[in-house]
Amino acid sequence: MFAYRIDRRSGVATYVQLVQQTKQALRLGLLEPGDKLPTAREVVEATAINPNTVLKAYRELEREGLVEARRGLGTFVTRSLGSAPADSPLRGELSRWTERARAAGLERGDVEALFAAVLEEQFRSEGDSA
Amino acid sequence: MTATAAAAGTAIEAAALGKTYGRRRGPALDDCSFRLPAGRICAVVGPNGAGKSTLLALAAGLARPTAGRLTVLGGAPAAARARLAYVAQEKPLHPQLSIADTLRLGAELNPGRWDAALAQQVVEEGELDLSVHVRALSGGQRTRVALALALGKRAELLLLDEPMADLDPLARHQLMGTLMAQAAEHGTTVVMSSHIVGELADACDHLLLVAGGRVRLGGPIDELVAAHTLVTGRGSAAELAPHTVVESRATGRGTTALIRPAGAIAAGWEAQEPSLEDLLLAHLRSPGAPALLTPEAAPRAESEVPA
Repeated sequence: MFAYRIDRRSGVATYVQLVQQTKQALRLGLLEPGDKLPTAREVVEATAINPNTVLKAYRELEREGLVEARRGLGTFVTRSLGSAPADSPLRGELSRWTERARAAGLERGDVEALFAAVLEEQFRSEGDSA
Repeated sequence: MTATAAAAGTAIEAAALGKTYGRRRGPALDDCSFRLPAGRICAVVGPNGAGKSTLLALAAGLARPTAGRLTVLGGAPAAARARLAYVAQEKPLHPQLSIADTLRLGAELNPGRWDAALAQQVVEEGELDLSVHVRALSGGQRTRVALALALGKRAELLLLDEPMADLDPLARHQLMGTLMAQAAEHGTTVVMSSHIVGELADACDHLLLVAGGRVRLGGPIDELVAAHTLVTGRGSAAELAPHTVVESRATGRGTTALIRPAGAIAAGWEAQEPSLEDLLLAHLRSPGAPALLTPEAAPRAESEVPA
């Protein structure tokens, strides 16, 4: 069974953590189409969070077309998420960009802040569904 | 009332509820009005001596209000006793009974509802020996046995006064998980009091903030948080009108304030969503701030209440 881990200090809303961890599992192939997600009861028993939080996360995943609730049976994965392989051209570009940023005198925190700002700008339309 | 609201039902409803112990003391509860819809996991939060325990004891039918009215599961609290379970702060149990006998007492006193497997599971997760007497248990172990009794009763309403206070972190996580699983499966209404916010923030979806014997905030946690904004700016608190200012403090050359916005927030103020803790602390530090009950947490008008 897929296990969720709640980080209470992350500042990220708990249902968003569930959504993100499910997506990460899809990218890593820990979950594949046809796999069943744990029931709300199973998740809350293991994590001690509110049942509605799990239902909210599952609704969000369903809205994004990643899972499907089948009445009386549970919630099932309907599609996987593509991943960027470790040696992809995108990674190469990012690596070279990071080298240039460093050469220009940016520190690790500066680079992180810059990257986070651009991510925010590019994915803003997705709101909290990221 | 719509059909959905009727189906959802009301677990607890209080109208101008008051409780005074003895003539010389001030009221422990004073003019409390609120409604708790069924199926919620409700945190009752407030400082020591705020009236949390009094409220739970009244709901359990173990004390009588001295003013106002209280309805539990649709009737008088005493009439609901078979359908509710109450764990008092002191976790009273019979010290001379063994754990096995205590569970048997639970079974005998609750014929037709007792879930022996669940009660046994709660005790066994704590690696407790069933033959040990209650008097030999630590505070945390007693809490576990008291919760096993309450869960075994399969009540529709669980009233738990400081249930997690003396449990170690593992036991706390385990028992909270068991409580949430029961709620998920049976739609149980759970009311838990605490003065520690973090303990309850992830498990609860509904809040009652009690301070000075009064209900200061009541409603779904999401809605209560969304009704407030944390603002920071160079202006003074007086410039925040027409918003309701719950609390304001000077920061550097400006002000930071928790407000209930009435319309758009003026330029020059940076707005942030407060955390649940921000919300609770601001209200506790400002006893004069007006109370807020969301529409579904407000008691229904007298005419709508069935006789």
